[in-house]
Amino acid sequence: MLKDLVTPENANVFVGKLGDILEKAIGKPLGYAINWGRIWSLWPVHIETACCSVEFGAASSPRYDVERFGIIEAFGSLRQCDLIVVQGTITRKMAPRLRLVYDQMPEPKYVIAMGACAITGGLYFDSYNVLPGIDGVIPVDVYVPGCPPRPETLIQGCILLQEKIKRMKARTFV
Amino acid sequence: MSSDSETSVDAESEETPVVKKPEEKQVELPAFEKGISDKIIEKFGDKVYVTFVKEDRVGIGTSRENVHDVAEFIRDALNYDHVESVSGVDYPQDKEIEVVYHIGSYSDPSLARQILALSTRAQREENPIPGNDATKLPTLRDVFYSVEFHEREVFEMFGVYFEGHPDNRRLLLPEDWADLPPLRKDFTIKGR
Amino acid sequence: MTTELPTTSEIQIDKPSLNWLPPGLGLQKVDERIMTLNVGPQHPGSGHMRLIVQIDGDYIIACDPDPGYVHRGEEKMAEYRNYILNIPHLERPVIHDSCNVLYPYVLGVEELLGIEVPERAKYVRVIASELNRCIYIMYWLAIYGIFLGHSTMFMWPAGDRELLIDLMEKMTGARVTHAHFVPGGVRNDLPPNFEEVCLRQVNYFEKRIKEYAAVFYDNPILISRTQDTGVLSRQDAIRLGTTGSVLRASGVDYDLRKKEPYDVYDELDIHTNVMKEGDAYARSKIPWLDMMESCNIIRQALQKMPKSGSVRVKLKPNPKGKVFDSVYKRVESGRGSLGYYIVSDAKPEPYRLKMSVPSFRNLIALPYLLKGEKLGNMPSVYWSLNYWPVEADR
Ligand code: SF4
Repeated sequence: MLKDLVTPENANVFVGKLGDILEKAIGKPLGYAINWGRIWSLWPVHIETACCSVEFGAASSPRYDVERFGIIEAFGSLRQCDLIVVQGTITRKMAPRLRLVYDQMPEPKYVIAMGACAITGGLYFDSYNVLPGIDGVIPVDVYVPGCPPRPETLIQGCILLQEKIKRMKARTFV
Repeated sequence: MSSDSETSVDAESEETPVVKKPEEKQVELPAFEKGISDKIIEKFGDKVYVTFVKEDRVGIGTSRENVHDVAEFIRDALNYDHVESVSGVDYPQDKEIEVVYHIGSYSDPSLARQILALSTRAQREENPIPGNDATKLPTLRDVFYSVEFHEREVFEMFGVYFEGHPDNRRLLLPEDWADLPPLRKDFTIKGR
Repeated sequence: MTTELPTTSEIQIDKPSLNWLPPGLGLQKVDERIMTLNVGPQHPGSGHMRLIVQIDGDYIIACDPDPGYVHRGEEKMAEYRNYILNIPHLERPVIHDSCNVLYPYVLGVEELLGIEVPERAKYVRVIASELNRCIYIMYWLAIYGIFLGHSTMFMWPAGDRELLIDLMEKMTGARVTHAHFVPGGVRNDLPPNFEEVCLRQVNYFEKRIKEYAAVFYDNPILISRTQDTGVLSRQDAIRLGTTGSVLRASGVDYDLRKKEPYDVYDELDIHTNVMKEGDAYARSKIPWLDMMESCNIIRQALQKMPKSGSVRVKLKPNPKGKVFDSVYKRVESGRGSLGYYIVSDAKPEPYRLKMSVPSFRNLIALPYLLKGEKLGNMPSVYWSLNYWPVEADR
């Protein structure tokens, strides 16, 4: 019976339909599983940009320990990372480098803007060499305000990002 | 007060002849610091002028032609051995840019708390082309090695070109900076 | 004095090692063995700066530091804010040493405006700045551990540091950016019961840091990686104008707390730690010894401090200086002598403010030290200079 339905003319339509059916049937649990894997292995890039990096360092210290939430300490290689925590001020000299780092990372990638400087320029709103926020350079997922944010705030930002990833649609069938 | 400066005070002030300076009348100047400035005055006469003598601080000003000789004298005869900071100050009203070298000494214990501020002035241009205009000073890098990065900073921040400096490149500003040197007074922050 | 030190101009960075070179630009072909590496600004071994190193095989033949990635124009901004409003942004260059980085500014403004500080405030300042020095050095030590791949040495100092951060939080209300020193004293009096808590924490802290010797300073791996690397002789340390732990590791006995005592340091008994070797090991050990000295100073200051009294004199709103009066004040910070050159005008804002920061002064030693070292030794030499890029760029 299936043989009668499928003719060479409508074969690809049928295959497409099959994909839809599969997506409907197991796409949701599969996407959930992929997202579940992603949220517990967020690897931040090692890119320090200003003084907020002190509190970023404190967040991975024994007292705060972000590794509990699946965010390991800043890591060297870009190709294995999926999170940028922009730790403060982005100057005009640093902005092209930040974009370069972002472009080199594989998908999926997420950005946390940490500190008032990364959000609006903060204390340096009138400086001649500081960008008023990083939104113009890279897209931001979570804003963590503070100058500098306490490690707890940073951890809360990370958890917010995890919530966000949980609700994102993972691309299961490419 | 350290005992070092106290002991050498008498030795210094007795052997140097007292040069009449306008500051002398108003307040009692610290004697050791006065001795340092007197030695320089004695050597260079009216080529140098004393800008201030305070406790632990001596200020000497000179013209751009003499700054190299004065610096050499300060190093060789007075035992100062390193420069702590080189700061430019812009005076648009005088059409001049002042460059101040704060010179200290590690090797001479009696000078440990002293800072000698050697200042000199360069001509200021209204429309600066850093490196290619009249805003030039001789470098002190061959006298005090430690001024190397400091002078590079003054070059980019004020546009003062140091003649003879081996490495007048940009240091802190972005590579594509095409505006006025930012620390001059006519560079204003937008919206302020 | 001879001039055979290598100059950064000897480094031929602009000349690419290509076979074909564009004609007419005056470029020369360099040896094909030589490779140019960009280390940073995104690199675990560099922090927020870039080092352009040329290597021949495994050996560094030239290094050209390229700072400025965090240049935020503090000096220009200071000309637009009055003496009090300048406080918060001037401590940002070194937020984990924020008391010390403000100290000379506050001293300078006090001299410009002619303010007398109450005795108790001076002691509070000394205690705060010594606590802050320890906090700074602990962070530095943690990063030094991670640079050398020694994870325990990241975890221990980063954890123990929180003890003192708690103290500072009690005292000032903020974890790292205290803005506690103001012209005329300090912002708040000590909280009740602070002396006992402080004494207890500091005693415990001192006991803790003594244990680091076993895991870090006596560790054969650390010794083999840092001993005899990046040797800076006494003469060169003086000539290059280095400061702080770099200078004292090369055998120069120079500590501003002792040589030019500010506030009440002349009433305290201070010992200066000096080492002769001048290598990366000595430079990494001096700050650790300094921390123990700081604990001593804190204990003395707690004892000698007047038990009550005011800690701040009120200023007039918008205090003004004199026309073109200048002052140069310096203190011993966690990294070395830190000076401010302030020129006042008859305005509430400073006419010119220049920070002479120790990191920037020590940077000049880096090309000199790295020449002839192995590339693998670069992080240990670089971080042993006690360099904090944000401060150097201002
Ligand atoms: S938000 Fe504050 S602490 Fe963070 S980078 Fe900006 S000034 Fe520094």
